[in-house]
Amino acid sequence: MASLRIIRNRIRSVRNTQKITKAMKMLAAAKLRRAQDAVIRARPYAQLIEEMLASLAEARARDELPPHPLMAVRPPHRVEVVMLTSDRGLAGGFNSNIIRRGQRFMTEESGRLERIQFSTVGRRGRDFAKKRGFGLRKDYLGFFGRLSYAQAREVANDLIEAYQKDELDAVYLLYNYFRSTIAQEIMLVRLLPLEPKPRKQEEQATKGGLIMPEHIFEPSRPAVLQSLLPRFLAMQIWRALLESEASEHAARMTAMDSATKNAAEMIGRLTLQYNRARQAAITKELMEIVSGAEALK
Amino acid sequence: MPLALEIVTPEERVVTVTCDEVRLTSVEGQFGIRPGHTPLVAVLAAGELVYIAGGTTHRYAAGEGFAEVSNDRVRVLVEEANRAEELDPHRAAQELQDRQKALASLKPGDPAYEQERANVERAAARLLVARRGR
Repeated sequence: MASLRIIRNRIRSVRNTQKITKAMKMLAAAKLRRAQDAVIRARPYAQLIEEMLASLAEARARDELPPHPLMAVRPPHRVEVVMLTSDRGLAGGFNSNIIRRGQRFMTEESGRLERIQFSTVGRRGRDFAKKRGFGLRKDYLGFFGRLSYAQAREVANDLIEAYQKDELDAVYLLYNYFRSTIAQEIMLVRLLPLEPKPRKQEEQATKGGLIMPEHIFEPSRPAVLQSLLPRFLAMQIWRALLESEASEHAARMTAMDSATKNAAEMIGRLTLQYNRARQAAITKELMEIVSGAEALK
Repeated sequence: MPLALEIVTPEERVVTVTCDEVRLTSVEGQFGIRPGHTPLVAVLAAGELVYIAGGTTHRYAAGEGFAEVSNDRVRVLVEEANRAEELDPHRAAQELQDRQKALASLKPGDPAYEQERANVERAAARLLVARRGR
């Protein structure tokens, strides 16, 4: 039987762990709220950029616009996956789900493709790619906790550069989409080549686009598109970064919540064990005294 | 006041206001918008953004982006928009200097050159507005 002292020490250590997980949970909850706010604040810009591109895409279908290098479709031989992970661990399945999806992409596609390489945001993804010896073009660290649009722009510009230099044929973005506090969804979307989607036919018919035929363009329609496409790309990366950050905190909050619950359960079990052991010790002592007294008679 | 102005950046909606006049910096130079303007889509360069509401002039340092005008509604989508009052001329000057130094270390053919040039332009816009705003 475990001695009383050992059990008492275990209870104390579990209780300390519980304090830590509880604090981490509260911290994650506060950060999650802020991250969710940021996601919502990014919406108006994203919507307007998307609407603008959609209206221009409708025009493009009517051959009014010249093709753009970022929309150039090449047979995909060299593909890059931009993987968003976190810098820190202890976030449940947040990183491992992303990494597993990345690995699956690798095994599924490597037969068909000439080369698959990765870019990573976050330390976890970088460490994974390095350990596995996967081609790593670029790794970005220290984004999360102080996200700014400039970071999304940096990632986008690096991709644009590689794509225009014909080093890559397609780029995918792999990240955690924040569905709710308890559910994050792995998303794998194609970033490049860009493929602006015109709105649905009925929508086009009923609602005028953001850009109407009577709009004048300064300096010109192609110039607007030229300027819009890189911003559209950066905006997509920006939103994914925000989603990923919210997901990270949500995943950590959930993980720390269940850790706190597990600790409470364990403390309960240990306390029961402790009380039983104490009771047994008392009973044993009593029996010894009684039998000692009996012997003296 | 008949012009509805909306300024949005990737990080937030900066301003939603009705005003009398908006002045923007496009890639081809500065221009103004008053009620009754023809529908327009303009590519904006980093520079000053001004709107006048009730006789008061409000200044912003804006990044690159777009302006869309139709039906007396002006929508400005820019990468950043900082109020003149919130900019510090000394810090802005220092930033511009740092950026220029970074740019000078690159050759025009360098792939990072365009990125850095954009950084210089944004910093220059901030300094310009910071000085005028005082």
